[in-house]
Amino acid sequence: MADHAKPHAPETPNPDTDAYAHESELEAHLQTKRMVINMGPSHPATHGTVRLKVELEGETIVKIDPEIGFLHRGFQKSCENVTWTQCLPYTDRLNYLSAMMNNFGFLNAVEKLIGLEIPERAQYIRVIGSEIHRLTDHLTCVGATGLELGGFAPFLFAMEFRELLHDRTAELTGARLTTSFGRVGGINRDLPEGWIQKVHKSLDRGMELIDEMDGLLTRNRIFVDRTKGTGVISAEDAIDFGYTGPALRACGVNYDIRKAKPYWVYDRFDFKVPVGEHGDNYDRYLVRLEEMRQSIHILRQAMDTIPAGPIIVDDWRIALPPKPEVYGTIEGVMSHFKLVMEGIQVPAGEVYDSTEASNGELGWYIVSDGSGRPYKVHVRAPGFPVLAAVPHIIEGKMLADLIPTFDTINMIGGEVEQ
Amino acid sequence: MDRVSAQLPEAVADRYVDRTGGAWAVIHADSLPKVAAFLKNDPELEFKLFGSIDAVDRLHLAENDPRFEVVYFLYSLKRHEHVRLKVRVSESQPVVPSLTPLFRGANWWERLTFDFYGIRFDGHPDLRRILLYEEFQGHPLRKDYALRDRQPLIPERPIKDIFRGPGTSGLS
Repeated sequence: MADHAKPHAPETPNPDTDAYAHESELEAHLQTKRMVINMGPSHPATHGTVRLKVELEGETIVKIDPEIGFLHRGFQKSCENVTWTQCLPYTDRLNYLSAMMNNFGFLNAVEKLIGLEIPERAQYIRVIGSEIHRLTDHLTCVGATGLELGGFAPFLFAMEFRELLHDRTAELTGARLTTSFGRVGGINRDLPEGWIQKVHKSLDRGMELIDEMDGLLTRNRIFVDRTKGTGVISAEDAIDFGYTGPALRACGVNYDIRKAKPYWVYDRFDFKVPVGEHGDNYDRYLVRLEEMRQSIHILRQAMDTIPAGPIIVDDWRIALPPKPEVYGTIEGVMSHFKLVMEGIQVPAGEVYDSTEASNGELGWYIVSDGSGRPYKVHVRAPGFPVLAAVPHIIEGKMLADLIPTFDTINMIGGEVEQ
Repeated sequence: MDRVSAQLPEAVADRYVDRTGGAWAVIHADSLPKVAAFLKNDPELEFKLFGSIDAVDRLHLAENDPRFEVVYFLYSLKRHEHVRLKVRVSESQPVVPSLTPLFRGANWWERLTFDFYGIRFDGHPDLRRILLYEEFQGHPLRKDYALRDRQPLIPERPIKDIFRGPGTSGLS
């Protein structure tokens, strides 16, 4: 028993208690070798199914090769084999966070190809739908950025607001995510009664939640340290890679299609386009945060000034006739039958048209051969060039910077991988 | 486009305006990099923002010789307009000079076009499939590729599809 009381012999150092037992080892060069790590396709810290082949030297990324295509569904091939209206559900699944913007972007291009002017009320509803879904998209992005950098509360605030907006979307379109809203020539259903007041209420709550998120993240030491100065891309490089949307505006380039080439009724609203300066993750986050506030501003103006009137063109070659006409007249039955069985006869031709989606320019190049089906539907997904530049941004930087960079560029698997 | 025609008259094969007012230029394949460089670097044009690249298989269209059309979209932040370029290539020699040395954004779009149409881009640093897998045979957006020609890497479970029947490999 007496042995226990004895202190350690000085000649045998104890590494657990003696801090300086192996002092020489602290000075030793850390042996590293180049290591290849697979991040994804399903990784807890990234959203979207992308496999990132990362070559590491210690903690520094030497080479990165994003491998995409896990979500490829044959969007173009499918569209070429269905009627124009049947393409609409496929466009939902491009950017599933903001389905309405894809719906309306596609419809806008088709209407341009036909040479169709849609009623004013339909244009207002399209603006309202687009801005609601711009909000949900940015909320997901900002919330997930906070979550993946360790802040759980901002994510919950974002989800609470998003849930409110999804409820409003469901009341408007009948679906929460895959809306398939709008038809060629206008909108398929009008705003429900009392809906505008409900949205105003949701936006009041949403503004509070955005302020909460702002307060929790913008001056949070951990968040700022992780995002400021990481994932930097210069304006020149961003333009060369084809950046658009918030990622380009964070570099200080003021380009927003809603301002540059206003479509629908965007020129009637007063809103500002936030522009960043450094092109880093922090600026991208700030741009998105401010864009949400501007979206709320646009929404309120649009809902206050929306005019009464028809919501779809009165042309039975394009829009389905009203039900009493279908049941009561032979012309109504015939147009209904022809539209459902043969589809809209879009005249032969081609068009390139773009709208400002939540992540940038959503471009459509559509070719019609005059039959009831699209001959070619090319979609310029805004996330595609953004993801293509990730190797340029991140090579030579730390592995930890990859997570916030991947978050703030907000790459959406559905649209990138078609 | 007037400036391009004036500067490089031999490069432009055809010019037209489509029904919606978009100005197009059909460019000879060899002079594409020259035209793109001019559009990018001319101080009055500055078409620097890279749009996208895709192709059209004109197999079933009335006018289908040569078979493929590669389309390019560039945007100028100065003039706030798009430029639309077209290059026509034949089925037997589907090769277009690459724009990747000029625009880094062209890299992935060229890989996408190669993946789905089999058009090769001369001078591309890393031309391999992007969305599909290496083992995939053929190019699925060509009009002669059947809609339901499936090439699963692992065998699919034999589920009887009561609406469409089993997949028909190679048949329409």
